[in-house]
Amino acid sequence: MCLAIPGKILGISGENSIMPMGKVSFGGVVREVNLAYVPEAKQGDYVIVHVGFAISILNEKEAQLVLNTLDEIDPETR
Amino acid sequence: MKYIDEYRDRGSIEKCSQRIAEAVTGPWTIMEICGGQTRSIAKHGLESLLPSEITLLHGPGCPVCVTPQSILDHAMEIASNPEVVFCTFGDMMRVPGTNTDLAHIKAEGGDVRIIQSPMEALNLARENADKEVVFLAIGFETTAPANAMALYQSKQQGIKNISFLVSQVLVPPAMESILNSPHSKVQGFLAAGHVCTIMGFEEYEPIAQRYQVPIVVTGFEPLDILMGIDMVVRQLEEGRHEVENQYSRSVQREGNLAAQKILNEVFEVIPKQWRGVGEIPSSGLGLKSVYRHLNAALRFPQKIIYEPLSTNCISGQVLQGLKKPNECEAFGKECTPDSPLGATMVSSEGACAAYFHYQNFQA
Repeated sequence: MCLAIPGKILGISGENSIMPMGKVSFGGVVREVNLAYVPEAKQGDYVIVHVGFAISILNEKEAQLVLNTLDEIDPETR
Repeated sequence: MKYIDEYRDRGSIEKCSQRIAEAVTGPWTIMEICGGQTRSIAKHGLESLLPSEITLLHGPGCPVCVTPQSILDHAMEIASNPEVVFCTFGDMMRVPGTNTDLAHIKAEGGDVRIIQSPMEALNLARENADKEVVFLAIGFETTAPANAMALYQSKQQGIKNISFLVSQVLVPPAMESILNSPHSKVQGFLAAGHVCTIMGFEEYEPIAQRYQVPIVVTGFEPLDILMGIDMVVRQLEEGRHEVENQYSRSVQREGNLAAQKILNEVFEVIPKQWRGVGEIPSSGLGLKSVYRHLNAALRFPQKIIYEPLSTNCISGQVLQGLKKPNECEAFGKECTPDSPLGATMVSSEGACAAYFHYQNFQA
């Protein structure tokens, strides 16, 4: 129910006058997604999408920092 | 796929499980709150990658599972009304009420539609102007903004033939309820990453301090969950009890302010009944008075109140982390996903269904 998956914004449309909508690709499957809760989102951003709404813009720098912590403990690299 | 494959990489997963094994010196019991995490743990066999000192308990974080039977009975009563187009998320179709479920109501001729987003309910209302459209709006904080936007837009657009049967639940009060139980074994929590994406994690900080439990905001992929466990274990080993954020690629301390603004516009905090658990103070969201006209519970008052049936189902204890699904006598026998006794066996994020689908399958 709280399943939400990352997708890439391919484009933002102004077709819906009420709320910003975007075309988001989930590994090639493209869906219309409501961007009302990520007003700063732009084309090329990755967003987490839940029940038709983007709820966050994924932060690449933070993602890399977390992955780096694993390399820090790798016996071959420490 | 970006932001998925990196977190399913076998080498990284092995590194992380090795890191946990090196850190552990004592027995620790950790609860993952979210049903999505429970499903991921079962699906990827993560418990088998943990040292024997660590016990995972599965928490109440499946909104489908905790929706009270009385709400479901009311939903089915409304869905049986020939003047109503009833819509809900697919997860809700087979959750048992007292006598039946929404799938049976549909099979018997009820106009029950599965929708992917609450905003589709507004389209249904426009397309079915001669009918009343009712949306069963359930969920935790993750889903609440989508439901809130559907309510907000229905009011803004003056849609007359739509209403919402609301059963929204909140996670932090449930965590406190678990910790307040004298039977609680929980020493640390993995907090639900998408709930925190919306609400942030400031409200978890007094809980961590008051109950002296580490709380780590955690994502949903296998590596996320192992990293979250690693962070909880390190705190337990060092005698710390803080809120840490493993899921920082999605979660900020203050959460999603745009979503919170709509939540505050539409909802207010109320006491809430949880299926199998009972009432938890301040653990739900109800409609503010200016949205009263969109409340399906008022537009379609419940006529029949059933007494809950007595079964061998222990889902209430499973939801509170007091028992594991396979400790239930009915598990896999009289209770299966095809013939569930309780909601935890129905929802794909229910602990019982996760155990049945993945652990039985692997065995």
